[in-house]
Amino acid sequence: MSTADYGEILEEVRRLLGRVVKSPVRIEEKTELVNDLGLDSLAALQLVEEVEDAFDISFPLNELSQIRTVRDFVLQIQQEIEA
Amino acid sequence: MGLFEKFDAIGLARKALEDLGVDPFNVEMEQILSPTEARIAGREVLLAGTNNYLGLTFDPRCIEAACRATRTEGTGTTGSRMANGTFAGHRALERELAEFFGCPKAIVFSTGFIANLGVISTLTGPGDVVLIDADCHASIYDGCRMSGADILRFRHNSAADLEKRLRRLGDRTKSTLIIVEGIYSMLGDRAPLAEIVALKKQYGAWLMVDEAHSLGVLGQKGRGLAEEAGCLGDVDFIIGTFSKSLGAIGGFCVSSHPQFDLLRYASRSYLFTASPSPATVASVRQALQILAAGTDLRERLWQNAHRLYNGLEELGFSLGSEPTPVVAVHMGSKEETLGAWKQLLHQGIYVNLVLPPAAPEGKSLLRCSVSAAHTEDQITRICSAFRALKE
Repeated sequence: MSTADYGEILEEVRRLLGRVVKSPVRIEEKTELVNDLGLDSLAALQLVEEVEDAFDISFPLNELSQIRTVRDFVLQIQQEIEA
Repeated sequence: MGLFEKFDAIGLARKALEDLGVDPFNVEMEQILSPTEARIAGREVLLAGTNNYLGLTFDPRCIEAACRATRTEGTGTTGSRMANGTFAGHRALERELAEFFGCPKAIVFSTGFIANLGVISTLTGPGDVVLIDADCHASIYDGCRMSGADILRFRHNSAADLEKRLRRLGDRTKSTLIIVEGIYSMLGDRAPLAEIVALKKQYGAWLMVDEAHSLGVLGQKGRGLAEEAGCLGDVDFIIGTFSKSLGAIGGFCVSSHPQFDLLRYASRSYLFTASPSPATVASVRQALQILAAGTDLRERLWQNAHRLYNGLEELGFSLGSEPTPVVAVHMGSKEETLGAWKQLLHQGIYVNLVLPPAAPEGKSLLRCSVSAAHTEDQITRICSAFRALKE
C-alpha cells in the first residue's frame, strides 16, 4: 500500500482481524482488541506479523502495549507507514 | 483481592488440574536416583524430560570437584563479583570458556536466563532493533523488552521472512541484533544458521546465537550449532547455559568483539546478582573438560536421540521436524495431552507437558529430552509407554 489512507488501513485491519478472531464479532473502530475480541498474546503477535507483511512495514512489538482499540491500531500502522 | 485479581485465570486453571488429581507443573521428585531415574509419588520413574543431555549430574569427577571447592572456598560467594569480589574460579572458568570457543573473552552469569537478560538488555537500547525468531525463549523476549529497543520477530526458522524484515529496516540494520537459538527448546529443531549468517553479512547486522540446548550436543567439539554450521567466526555473541549439558547452573556469553568486556560494567543482571558458588564453578569447569576431551558422550546421546525419534515415528506419532535430543511429540487438545502425560507418568515415564502459549503454534506437546546416560533398554521403555497411549 503506497498511501497511508486511514479508511483503507481500517478495512485491511478488519480483514486480518477476521482471520485471527474465532468468534463472529462485529469489528468497529472502538472495538477493544483484548476485552472485546479476546485477542491473546500469541494471537496479537501473529496479527502483527500479518500487518507487517500486508503494509510492508516494521511494527515493533513494544508498541502493542499502547494499543487498546482497533482505531489505536490503525493510527499506529498509519504512523509506521508514514515514518 | 487487589493485586491478585490478575491471577484469577491461573487460579482456575490450577484448580482444574488439582481436580484431575495432578499438577504437571509442580511435580516433586522425592529422590533423585541417577541422571535418568527419580522417585516420584513413591515410585521409581524413568526421566525423559530433564535436559541432562550428557548425563553429567552424577559424574564422580564433577561431584568431587564441587565437594573440594565447597570445603576449600565455602558454600557461597555471598555477593556480586563487582561489589564483593571475583573468586579465582570465576576467572579460570571464563578463561577456559573463551579458549573452548576460540574467543578472547567470556563473561559468566549466575543463570542462563540472567545471561540473556544481561547481555541483550545491555547491548541494545532505545533506537536499536532486535530481530528475533518467533520461537525464541522467554529470557530472550524479556531481555529485549528490558532493552527499550524496537522488537521485531520473524517467522520461526524462515530465513526468507528474516530477509523481508531486514530489508524494511533500511539503514537501521547497522544497529540491529538478530537472535536465534542453536536448538529450539520446544520443537528441537536447529536454526538455518548458514542462511542467517549470509543475511547478517549482507545487511550489516549483528548476530547472537543462544546455544543453551546445543552446547555439548552439536559440533565436532561440542561447541554448538555455530561450530556445526562452520559459522563460529561469523557469530558476534554466543550465549549458553551450564544447566543442561554441563549439569549445574549458570550462564555465559563469549564474543570476539574488542569492547565486549565492557558489558561487565554495565549489565545490571551481572552487577547486582550474587555470583555462582564455588561448587557450581568447580563442577562446571570439570564438566567442560569432559565435554572438550572426547566425543563418546555426544555419540551416545545422538544414538539415543535417533533411537527415540525413530521409535516414536514408527509408532505413528507426529514429531518435531528433525531428530535431535529434544523430541517433541505433537498431541491433540490440552485435555488429551494432559491425559496422555498422566498416563505416561502412571507407566513410570516422566516427560514435559507443554501447553500453549509455551508450545509454539498453539499446539500442545509432550516434550522428551534424551540423555547420553539413557540405556538402550530405557529408550525402549519410553517407546513402549508411548505405544500404550495408542492402544
